[in-house]
Amino acid sequence: MQIRRITSVIALLILISAAGACAKKKPPVARPVAPPPATAATPTRPPAPPQPVAEPQPVPAEPVPAEDTLASKDIDEINRNSPFQPVFFGYDQAEVDEPGQQALNVNAELMKKYGTWIVTIEGHCDERGTAEYNLALGERRALAARNYLVALGIPADRLRTVSYGKEFPFDPGHDESAWSKNRRAHFVVTSK
Amino acid sequence: MTHIRPAAVAVFTACATLLLAAQAAPPPQQPTEVTFTISSATPGLPPKYAVPDFVALTADAETQAAARTIGEVLWADLKFEQEFYMIARDTYRTIPPAASLDQVPLDRWRELGADAVVVGTVRKTGSGVVVQVRLVEAASGRAALSKEYSGSIANPRLYAHTISDEIHLTQRAGLKGVARTKIAFTSDRDGERMKGPVVDRGISNIYMADYDGAHPRRVTVTKSLDITPAWSPDGRAIAYTSYRSGYQDIIVSYIYEGRMAKPANGNADRQNYLPVFSPDGSKIAFTSNRDGNPEIYVMNRDGSGIRRLTTNAAIDVTPTWSPTGNQIGFTSERSGTPQIYIMNVDGSGVRRITTEWSDRATWSPAPYNEIAYAARSGGGFDVKIWDFATQSIRQITNGIGSNESPAFAPNGRHLAFTSTRAGKEQIFTISRKGDDLRQVTREGMNRYPNWSQSPQ
Repeated sequence: MQIRRITSVIALLILISAAGACAKKKPPVARPVAPPPATAATPTRPPAPPQPVAEPQPVPAEPVPAEDTLASKDIDEINRNSPFQPVFFGYDQAEVDEPGQQALNVNAELMKKYGTWIVTIEGHCDERGTAEYNLALGERRALAARNYLVALGIPADRLRTVSYGKEFPFDPGHDESAWSKNRRAHFVVTSK
Repeated sequence: MTHIRPAAVAVFTACATLLLAAQAAPPPQQPTEVTFTISSATPGLPPKYAVPDFVALTADAETQAAARTIGEVLWADLKFEQEFYMIARDTYRTIPPAASLDQVPLDRWRELGADAVVVGTVRKTGSGVVVQVRLVEAASGRAALSKEYSGSIANPRLYAHTISDEIHLTQRAGLKGVARTKIAFTSDRDGERMKGPVVDRGISNIYMADYDGAHPRRVTVTKSLDITPAWSPDGRAIAYTSYRSGYQDIIVSYIYEGRMAKPANGNADRQNYLPVFSPDGSKIAFTSNRDGNPEIYVMNRDGSGIRRLTTNAAIDVTPTWSPTGNQIGFTSERSGTPQIYIMNVDGSGVRRITTEWSDRATWSPAPYNEIAYAARSGGGFDVKIWDFATQSIRQITNGIGSNESPAFAPNGRHLAFTSTRAGKEQIFTISRKGDDLRQVTREGMNRYPNWSQSPQ
């Protein structure tokens, strides 16, 4: 009883002081203002269009699958035009840099949206490493991408890795333009 | 009389079974003459050898072709070890063939400067062919070697390889020639493809060929990648890295028995690659990510007793055994770049031996004590050799193309390696001194050579 009364008094005091504050100055946050009309320069409104006459269309109870084109595609289609972003690496490097982290953030959102997808992260290398060492370097690149995604909350059992070293270059060229494309962690949907 | 028996053997793979002709090498025959060593007429120089075409004793085209092939291949086999001065064959086309092995025109061979002449005959029989050979000293007419072989006529090169190994063994105090050894490698020559995420990807499988590239045969048949073959010391099995399950795992194919094993028992979270047999064949060293990072492990051949040898946050990869089996060489990037290290087989006593970007250490067989490796140079790689005796490095290839993946021949006198000097990657052989370069493969792209450690 005693406590309740004290609480009421405190609440009242707070209300009064708040009212006082309002009276003294404007709130620090600007109030939302209606945006100017898009046709601000036109002084007169055009005449209203004729009222359409139409029968109401039935709305399907379930969401239209066509709304989400990715969900309806088969795995081959998804991978051919992959929504996942590859992570590119520096020469001899297996660390995920800033652009790589941004790519992985996008990929993490996709994996959260499509919660049943299982993804294989392929590690690839350019031809400037030896064939054998590149098997390990590609593995490190795939594992680095996987570990980053796990840190973002993607379950590890949805992320597989494989290293192809320099066996499957994306660009067969022999210059930096080709090499930079071939130093990557590449995402492939393996089941959905 | 000894026999070269044709035998049908199955090569087992995940998808298909191949038939290969096994090449059971004939055991050495008891010599009918007392063996002596033919030396040069000029002291200090290697003896000069001539190998004319063998004489076909039957008139059919097959026998005549076999007689020519044996002479040509034997000459090349003998040249390979660089123990004899091989007189160019076109200089003695005019010397008449021996009417019989007892009637060699010695005066003509002496006139040419030959110290030794290898003469032979090929005779077709009901079941195959009989090959007789004599190694004749030009000065005396005495035979230092006299042998007879019989078997199939299907692969006459095998008679030449067998005779060459026999001549090296007897004329060079037990020297083990490599004429009957094989090189395993990876190739995409059959142009097969596997489904890839963007485009179909060309796949490579395991192949094998004679040491000189002749007689190439496919060993594995899978619509996936099979790479990094490594022979068992007895030449009966090849261990390799296979992607047929969707991840890397080690498969051991017993190529003449039609069975295979997966001793490392891999799965998606326990991938295994780059296997290599210990010199006694009882263990396999390999790389695995089973603890979350590429590390070196050793297991018994059946997969039991797995031990982890490296515990470094860096990459540790590409093991090789010392000839005694007591040490392991490997690549580690713990210093910041990949370098060759050695350690005891229990993982202790780690020591770095290179100072430049290096990979694919391959330890030589005895009597040499060397490690060959690929070192980054210019835009590519060159093969170099670290010699433990002199603590020094010598360069084997010199910047022509990129040169990788060295593998020692079983007698330590030669290396196979990959080079881009002829365009796409091909397998070449070269002597341990860096001379006598020979191209072994020409079809498709070929990688990861591994030289069998015993004749076959």
